[in-house]
Amino acid sequence: MSVLSVADLDAWYGPAQILDHVALDLGRGEVVALLGRNGAGKSTTFRALVGLVPRRSGRIGFEGQEIGRMATHEIARLGLGFVPEDRRIFTDLTVEENLEVGRRPARAGLTPWTPERLYALFPNLGEMRRRPGGRMSGGEQQMLTIARTLMGNPSAVLLDEPSEGLAPRIVEDMAAAIVRLKQEGLSILVSEQNLHFARLISDRAYIIERGRIRFGGTMAELEARPDIRDAYLAV
Amino acid sequence: MAFLIVQALTGLASAASLFLIASGLSIIFGVTRIVNFAHGAFTMIGAYLAYSLTERLGGAFGFWFGLFAAAVAVAAIGAATEILLLRRIYKAPELFQLLATFGVTLMVQDLVILAWGPEDLLGRRAPGFTGAVMILGQRVPAYDLFLVAAGPVVLGALWLLFNRTRWGILVRAATQDRDMVAALGVDQKWLFTSVFALGVFLAGLGGALQIPREAVSHSMDLRVIVEVFVVVVIGGLGSVPGAFLAAVIVSEINAFGILIFPKISIVVVFLVMAVVLVVRPFGLFGRPEAARRTTPGATIRPWQPLGRAGRIAVAVLVSALAAAPAFAGPYLLSVGAEILLFVVFAASLQFLMSVGGLASFGHAAYFGLGSYGAALAVKWLGAPMEAAILAGPVLAGLGGILFGWFCVRLSGVYFAMLTLAFAQIAWSIAFQWVAVTGGDNGILGVWPTAWASKPAAFYWLSLMVATVSVAALRILAFSPFGYRLRAVRDSTLRAEAIGIDRLSTQWIAFAVAGAVAGLAGALYAFLKGNVFPDALAIPTSVDGLVMVLLGGLETVSGAAIGAVAFKALSIWLMSQTDYSKLVLGAIIVVLVVFLPKGLGGLADLVRPSGTGRNDASGSSPSEAAR
Repeated sequence: MSVLSVADLDAWYGPAQILDHVALDLGRGEVVALLGRNGAGKSTTFRALVGLVPRRSGRIGFEGQEIGRMATHEIARLGLGFVPEDRRIFTDLTVEENLEVGRRPARAGLTPWTPERLYALFPNLGEMRRRPGGRMSGGEQQMLTIARTLMGNPSAVLLDEPSEGLAPRIVEDMAAAIVRLKQEGLSILVSEQNLHFARLISDRAYIIERGRIRFGGTMAELEARPDIRDAYLAV
Repeated sequence: MAFLIVQALTGLASAASLFLIASGLSIIFGVTRIVNFAHGAFTMIGAYLAYSLTERLGGAFGFWFGLFAAAVAVAAIGAATEILLLRRIYKAPELFQLLATFGVTLMVQDLVILAWGPEDLLGRRAPGFTGAVMILGQRVPAYDLFLVAAGPVVLGALWLLFNRTRWGILVRAATQDRDMVAALGVDQKWLFTSVFALGVFLAGLGGALQIPREAVSHSMDLRVIVEVFVVVVIGGLGSVPGAFLAAVIVSEINAFGILIFPKISIVVVFLVMAVVLVVRPFGLFGRPEAARRTTPGATIRPWQPLGRAGRIAVAVLVSALAAAPAFAGPYLLSVGAEILLFVVFAASLQFLMSVGGLASFGHAAYFGLGSYGAALAVKWLGAPMEAAILAGPVLAGLGGILFGWFCVRLSGVYFAMLTLAFAQIAWSIAFQWVAVTGGDNGILGVWPTAWASKPAAFYWLSLMVATVSVAALRILAFSPFGYRLRAVRDSTLRAEAIGIDRLSTQWIAFAVAGAVAGLAGALYAFLKGNVFPDALAIPTSVDGLVMVLLGGLETVSGAAIGAVAFKALSIWLMSQTDYSKLVLGAIIVVLVVFLPKGLGGLADLVRPSGTGRNDASGSSPSEAAR
């Protein structure tokens, strides 16, 4: 059963159409990668799903509800968490305060997230609870962004390029954390340019190029198609 | 020494109210990005309501409860304004929000007179604080000491609110990144409403606390708003501690300035502000605003110079207008000349705003400088009309060069507020320098030379000046300079990368717009035969803004049509009703909400365009590229 199912999703910035009939599915407890080059439409897909583009159209089903016309905060309250790629933490707020902004009531069937549980998942954060977000490293900020979204007790999360700009060792920590989240029962749609990182965590993958989904299948199926990899992912 | 300390205390007492009001404005701006022009009006309502409530209730409890209840009532009015009006225009350019709240201000001015009458009202003294306390042998009103203590108490309370409550944390988060807060499940609508209500509550409280100190009057709104703008510009928009520090600075300058420079006390405050802005362009505690384009959508249909058909149409129109003296009487002709001069004024503002992307809230300064330039040339130099008319644009152009040097260093709302402040400097000079300008009595007897004294002749002169000015500004918009100006407007970064100097380009545009406005002002002085400080006052600036808005912000010279429609309407309204501000304010509000594209946008209302261009905040071009 899918948690999130998207069909015919179009999105525009001003007169420019960025997404063209995007369709994808995210099953419960699955980790699915959305792969594509820079500018292919990955971030726009995510922003369109949570209603942060100026104009969108299409069908977006989430937990059995149509969210294509809902406001951003309503979508978040239904349990679709969004972690933006540019780590938009609140730099003036401390780690604790950043988490407080994300706090929402517990969701049935999921163990509620608390700051303590998140500090266990991301030990670095536990050591800097009173530090303003602006004085953290890139990797720490990325973890805080994820932790902050988890405070809303989402049932599914959109992770936009979580490995971008991180040191190799931190990338491994990040992959481990995502696998942990999957074990917790979270459904995760993660966008990536880094095929290696996607392999570590994903069950399935979609490839997007120029606003259109060009491929969808399991990781094994993708491995068997070097032509597709070369056409849409090679730089 | 004792005297100086007492004077400093008086300054601190004045700072309390100013801080409350300014912090409210700052908090509202921080989250909603709206510069609430109606903040002074809310302060005034707070003072009037406090007056009525304390008179009605009586007694010590009645007094203090009355002050508080007045502020709560103002907060409720503010929340209603936010829900009914501002919610519709959050995504519009900042100019529209300033204008909408100015429309509210205009309406409140008339409503207050309807409810409380035009006389100043003296409130009762604060029970328990009626006497004076001896400090170093000087008498200090006890209520002043109460206010001196109240300021820091409120500052502390606000600090607790923003740092120790979930609501406060959400507000601080929203100040930084509204989209992200929404993506975390926070309903911004109610966050905005509650922030607006708090900000307006502080404005109302600031007004209410003043009633034992000074009379309540229906002109306090504009005085308050200008002072508060100065405070938040110095302190930094969005910063509460900045508002506190700046309120103290401004109040102390006022307290001591009056001793040292009694004649130019107002000017000193503005000079301090100018210095702060040059050293720290975003105020003492402020931080840079992300630059935003002020003319969205213009890229979709690029501007074109008039084609053959357009030129013929304009020629026919001008010829028809030139024929007016054949059938119109002297009154109509003088109204016609007045409208034509405002066409020039509006066209100069449009050049600055639409072509330059610089929304000035103080363009009246240059119109007024033009008027005074011409009038002073006649009065002090005995210049004939022909020479005096040239003195107008020269003085206005010099004013544009001087003020513009400061203004173009800023952008967006800071630019708007600084232009407003400079216009107030010009106004206060005209108002206070009685020996030269005649102060409030103005300069009389500025009459045209014999050949132009017939209404028809002056009308033709105005028509010629209007035609030439509008045409010249159009030609300039399509000249290489115009392209550079538009490049800077659309993307400062890219323009500078190809070698265009933003500052000098915008500075020249500012001076040109000023000189053209001055030309209109100079002729206006001769049309009326006199000049008063009103020519430089805020309402004149706002008239210009409404004309540009009505004509269409995204057009090259739609302001000409806007000026005709608006000026004709306001002259007609003045003759029909005593409450023209109420009607005018309502018109501005309706215009901003329902006709944001001006009269030309009427067509869009009939057949709605499919692509809503409500640019979600935070969608910069770089993000669009992804």
